[in-house]
Amino acid sequence: MTVVARKEYVAVPRDRVENFNGKQLVFISWDHHLLLSAPIMFCLLPQATFGELIESHLLPLLQADPDTAALDWSKVEWLKEGQPWVPDFEASLAANGIGHKEQLRMHTPGLNTVCAVN
Amino acid sequence: MSTVFIALQANEETRPIIEAIELDNPQAVVNREPAMVKINAPGRLVIRKDTIEEQLGRSYDLQELQINLITLSGNVDEDEDTLTLTWNE
Amino acid sequence: MDMKTANKKLSLKDKYKLFTRDLGWEPTYRTKEEVFPYVQYEGIKIHDWDKWEDPFRLTMDSYWKYQAEKERKFYAIIDAHAQNNGHLHITDARYLSALKVFLQAISPGEYAAHKGFARVGREFPGVGTQVACQMQAIDEIRHAQTQIHALSNYNKFYNGFHGFAEHRDRIWYTSVARSFFDDAMAAGPFEFMIAIGFSFEYVLTNLLFVPFMSGAAYNGDMATVTFGFSAQSDEARHMTLGLECIKFMLEQDPDNLPIVQAWIDKWFWRGIRVLSLVSTMMDYMLPKRVMSWREAWNIYGIENGSALFKDLARYGIRAPKGWDHAEEAIDHMSHQLMLGLYQWKFGTSFHVWIPSDEDMDWLSKKYPTTFDKYYRPRWEHIKKHEAATGAPFNNFGLPKLCQCCQLPTLFTEPGDPTLICHRESVYQGERYHFCSDGCKDIFDNEPEKYIQAWLPMPGLMQDPLNGDLAGWMDWVFLKNGEDNGDYATSQDKHNFELWRSMASSNQ
Repeated sequence: MTVVARKEYVAVPRDRVENFNGKQLVFISWDHHLLLSAPIMFCLLPQATFGELIESHLLPLLQADPDTAALDWSKVEWLKEGQPWVPDFEASLAANGIGHKEQLRMHTPGLNTVCAVN
Repeated sequence: MSTVFIALQANEETRPIIEAIELDNPQAVVNREPAMVKINAPGRLVIRKDTIEEQLGRSYDLQELQINLITLSGNVDEDEDTLTLTWNE
Repeated sequence: MDMKTANKKLSLKDKYKLFTRDLGWEPTYRTKEEVFPYVQYEGIKIHDWDKWEDPFRLTMDSYWKYQAEKERKFYAIIDAHAQNNGHLHITDARYLSALKVFLQAISPGEYAAHKGFARVGREFPGVGTQVACQMQAIDEIRHAQTQIHALSNYNKFYNGFHGFAEHRDRIWYTSVARSFFDDAMAAGPFEFMIAIGFSFEYVLTNLLFVPFMSGAAYNGDMATVTFGFSAQSDEARHMTLGLECIKFMLEQDPDNLPIVQAWIDKWFWRGIRVLSLVSTMMDYMLPKRVMSWREAWNIYGIENGSALFKDLARYGIRAPKGWDHAEEAIDHMSHQLMLGLYQWKFGTSFHVWIPSDEDMDWLSKKYPTTFDKYYRPRWEHIKKHEAATGAPFNNFGLPKLCQCCQLPTLFTEPGDPTLICHRESVYQGERYHFCSDGCKDIFDNEPEKYIQAWLPMPGLMQDPLNGDLAGWMDWVFLKNGEDNGDYATSQDKHNFELWRSMASSNQ
């Protein structure tokens, strides 16, 4: 469907990757962990490694969750575009195929201290 | 049957109006809430100028209701003598 | 002279006819299409504009008379409020948060509605419609002005009221309301009527105004009760205009039905997202609560909405597509959003707090199937965390926002309140995220419109701020340590308690 308009309707997206000075956005959420209310937005270079994203950016924010201490990163089941996916912690975001505004989900069965799971 | 309602500010002007609505609509239920009176009725509610004037002791223009009206629900029809709220079932 | 004049008073119907229809004329040197160029392109077919009539039959002369009376009543109370230290008569200063959210997110919406009705009043050819839209345009600017005026008295004493215009434009949690009105104003005149006149005014406005103003009454805020009820007295007319307009569109041509239904589906869902802010005011921000958000929904959503859609079924209209999802979400939305507001309180121009034990007991009574199971454990954990660390619980992870409603994507999957709802669409190679199926559907129907959205969080990462949080605070007119953060340590709490104690002391 298109916008119903009286003449040609031309729109420019606001959040294209060019607008982030060489960086990109990526979102991470932890399934069934709602102490942090929403997927977290990160803005970093596509050359940054996945390990750096996790260690330096995500982990400090996750400290409030009591399950973080028990996290075994080798056991985390990742979802990318809703599909199972295995990251390479040594490789860059780009080499991992993580595009601008990509949503990554962590799934950790059995770990759910604060939030009841149905 | 769906409920129609009208809510008026609770004040000296509306007291006799609410009494008039109760007289004309025996099936109506009057809920007195802080600063507000909400009158529910099944399917239909009629507000009559004549009855309000009797309660008020002066002549009354039904459109004066606008001043103290808070909200209503239902299809509205107003002329000089009555204001009616209805749902079509 | 002894001219015999008919002295009979005009009937309301005759007077309405004279003051509307008879003021219209047929254009002669321009075509109707040139004079009213915006009424065709949305696809709505109207055959006879004279069939539209205001059921209140209010004419402009009476309008001015009654509005003037409302203003007199309003200003008498505003003056009394200022003269009698009304700002100290509220239950306690937590109540101010509800007022700040209202001023930052809702009052600018009144102004937007004013602009919108002024525009559609010009764009519709029907004279009855033009007059009703003109009245509503004047009403809406009156609401914006009286709200700003009433709350300016609080601005003399408390933080967070000072930058509502900038907050409307720049801060993050207001963008749900701003984008709602921008979306409506960027639509054609008929869609605007369904968006604001019908979906917002008829289906949702009671949920905003009635409990909020009763909340003001319960919490000792006469100024807000007064502007609220003064504004609300216009809403009954607006609701009626919205309902008449939808009936008119549906009666004029059967081809209008699918267009109107799609707009109802869209605007109901957009409205529910705006009202999620209101749900937090009702369940969490009022020190003395009136009714829960769930109870308000039962009265003004379910009971009233069901009656309305049953009535409209004769035209083939069904309840909005998101209705069942909304019904399920009602028991969760205030808790989910409030937990978000609490953890991002460094970026709010109002104060928040962890509900007291008594408040939590109230919430579990009002939400017996959800609060104790899903939300109390989170509040309790946050409380424990704060006690252990001695610091407020903040989440400096900025949230992903919905491309449509612009709220953080913190609402959960239908059927599973423990899992965030993840939805995305790719349009012209670019990825977009949503909080719900409702918001994704709206985007997918008109992607060009929503790809332009200015989303506050990605915006903060672009030039000129490039992620500088302190720079962002300056830019949104947020004074760190004054306007934001926990209520317990706020100047507002301190000052309110100090001034109130002075009111009964001669020291």
